Amino acid sequence: MSEEQSFTLDGRRVPFQAGQTIMAAALAAGVYIPHLCFNREFAPHGSCRVCLVGVNGRMQAACTTPAAAGQTVESETGEIREIRRGILQMLFVEGNHVCPACEKSGACQLQAVAYYVGMLAPHYTHFYPRRPVDASHPEAVIDFNRCILCELCVRASRDVDGKNVFAVQGRGIEAHLVVNTPSGKLGATDFSIHDKAAQVCPTGAILTKHRGYEIPIGQRLYDRKPISVVGDVATLSESKGGRRHD
Amino acid sequence: MAEPDALIQTVHDIVQRHGGMPTRLLQILREAQDSLTWLSPETLDAVAGKLGVSPDKVRSVAEFYSFLYTAPRGSYDILFSDNITDRMLGNRELLHALCDRLGVGIGETRADGVVTVGTTSCTGMCDQGPAALVNGYALTRLDPPRLDRIVELVNGQIPLTQWPREFFEVVSNIRRADILLGRHFADGAALRAVLKRGPEAILEELVKSGLRGQGGAGFRSGAKWVSCRNAPGEVKYVVCNADEGEPGTFKDRVLMQDFADLVFEGMTLCGRVIGARQGFVYLRGEYRYLLDALKATLQRRREAGLLGAAILGDPTFNFDIDIHLGAGAYVCGEESALIESLEGKHGVPRIRPPFPTTHGYLNQPTVVNNVETFATAAKIAVEGGAWFANRGTAESKGTKLLSLSGDCKRPGIYEYPFGVTVRRVLDDCGARDAQGIQMAGPAGHMISAKQFDRRICFEDLATGGSFMVFDQSRDILDGIRNFTHFFVHESCGFCTPCRVGTSLMRDLVTKVHTGHGTRYDLEEMRKLGRIMRVACHCGLGQTAPNPVLDSLDQFPESWERRLRSTAFEPAFDLDAALEQARQLTGRSDPGAYLREEELMLGTMP
Repeated sequence: MSEEQSFTLDGRRVPFQAGQTIMAAALAAGVYIPHLCFNREFAPHGSCRVCLVGVNGRMQAACTTPAAAGQTVESETGEIREIRRGILQMLFVEGNHVCPACEKSGACQLQAVAYYVGMLAPHYTHFYPRRPVDASHPEAVIDFNRCILCELCVRASRDVDGKNVFAVQGRGIEAHLVVNTPSGKLGATDFSIHDKAAQVCPTGAILTKHRGYEIPIGQRLYDRKPISVVGDVATLSESKGGRRHD
Repeated sequence: MAEPDALIQTVHDIVQRHGGMPTRLLQILREAQDSLTWLSPETLDAVAGKLGVSPDKVRSVAEFYSFLYTAPRGSYDILFSDNITDRMLGNRELLHALCDRLGVGIGETRADGVVTVGTTSCTGMCDQGPAALVNGYALTRLDPPRLDRIVELVNGQIPLTQWPREFFEVVSNIRRADILLGRHFADGAALRAVLKRGPEAILEELVKSGLRGQGGAGFRSGAKWVSCRNAPGEVKYVVCNADEGEPGTFKDRVLMQDFADLVFEGMTLCGRVIGARQGFVYLRGEYRYLLDALKATLQRRREAGLLGAAILGDPTFNFDIDIHLGAGAYVCGEESALIESLEGKHGVPRIRPPFPTTHGYLNQPTVVNNVETFATAAKIAVEGGAWFANRGTAESKGTKLLSLSGDCKRPGIYEYPFGVTVRRVLDDCGARDAQGIQMAGPAGHMISAKQFDRRICFEDLATGGSFMVFDQSRDILDGIRNFTHFFVHESCGFCTPCRVGTSLMRDLVTKVHTGHGTRYDLEEMRKLGRIMRVACHCGLGQTAPNPVLDSLDQFPESWERRLRSTAFEPAFDLDAALEQARQLTGRSDPGAYLREEELMLGTMP
């Protein structure tokens, strides 16, 4: 007879199975921990650091930390919210995220998580990087200004689509998303908007062409309910305002 | 540039020499660049084709390492070491003078393609700087006469082999020796000991010795070896971390130069104890000048029966060592990033756990230890654990090598029993007028004179060995600003708080250092530093804010004297922002400028 194992998350008992991460166990128990580079269909990456939680007093990424019996996990504390807010602010100033001018606004996971952690302004000085937009593909446009380097499209294209269309190159603040062709243009690849890679972006970096503003502002995915209730844009079907093509 | 066929042939030969193994990718790219001066898209594609890996993988490696170039580079590639200790010795003046004389901008390649001059992170020659690298080879003790000669050699396009040998002379400067550097060691003694007494007995000695990781992290070496020995897996590996990238550290360079046998012996011993047949030395690219001598030492040990097959005549004792050269990436000093690099990838730290003792090189159980740790382990195998534990403190047994540099009369290597006070070290090296020490490098801690009675040991001031002295004439903030630039350059870019946070911190420090900051900016630094400390993926980002946070506590006056009295200053300069408009309109009258006093009074024109 095996006793069910559990840890506590903000005082609530969360059961888990051997091998599960804190994030996976929390999701299964219906507890939301904000995240960007994590997507349950992919191996954890641990790069965005938004899912930071206190594990027995030490900060760890919930998506990469194995759950263990008796752990005391803190998530929604003032201190952790402040750290998460800081990380979101860093992402906002690193790229060029102009929400009012973005087609994804209202159905954007980055924006929704920013609201969730209480971010009202970018706070830090904007980097204003110069990044080109790639409209060479007939079905999709890539706006590198909005890329947050979560590598979900990289992983999806390589591991699910078997196309290996994307990669991240460069070091440090020079790290950037590239398209794996000699020209660096998406139009030269066999990328399709039906690819998994087209559906996983948590921002407006990969957009479908010839469609826009089909759902009015005010009725979009996160306009009425927070992301903790609605869920990730990548996991919801298009009919529900998400990215997943049915 | 090489003809297409010649290029293909060159790449083909290099890949063949490395057995066509993708794990050798970084080594292959280094050698391809040596032949072709830079890595053109054609070269990268040829490497990818010959190795059978995807071109984007090859490109991501080429883009990651500082010493790999994906744009044309001069035939003479000169990189000035830009650690704060090089700056103390006047490297900036020399850098500017050289650029002027050669007619080239910093970081640029001269139009004729002969020479590139730039800067690089600390090259580990802090006791004999200002230092530089030319085509990867260390230049030491640069001064105006040497620079004059270098200008002639470059303009005359004299091959490096004909440059004066003394330009490349690296001295060891061992100032104080204790049990590691001072006692004679007979080659093979540790290997004879393990054959005679068995691996269990040696492990017992190692545990008894209390030896801890001498790279600075301080993990107990005995426990690490035991864990790897017990880890399931047929194939295991021994990795020596000689990626000594922490600015101000150079003790591993001295060990690899003067005590390589001892280091290799420690690795071979480890191989026997954990059951590994293959070892790797990950040697930082800056120490490339040591490569040939190290390879010769390995060969000599093979011939002496101390390495290779049937060591000391025992057919069950087989162990060999390969040297893998880094290419300018501080993050590869982190053990899991180092393993990634050894596997031929770009050096991004892995998610841990699992740890290398169970999932290391090629996911097999691996011991990764610092150079000094292996050297010490070899001695412990011969002399016994109690002999080593005799020295040091309760939690820090034995001795530690310190690399002394900065404002002191006798920079160099000092070996002390753990527990020595900072004050004692300062007295010994002739630092009379110290206002502060950067202990354990930029990732370590900055301490002020009030703390000079603190002890160097894991219970108090843990260190990998870097010890940089700042005397009263120095502006502490020069050092801090230098360190923030270092971390921007060395962040791998994987996680948000390090990738972005290091740049934000550099900009805040620069703002205050240049006299544009206020008290608000100091508070911003503290907040940012707190986030980075807990949120970053690996030790690089977690420690990157240390110099800023420490100096805010230890040297508040250094910061405060730079502050403006206003409560807030914008991060941009309003008047400078008008410059483009002035040029467009051709205005230079007083009304076209914003004066600060007017801004403060709210009386804008």
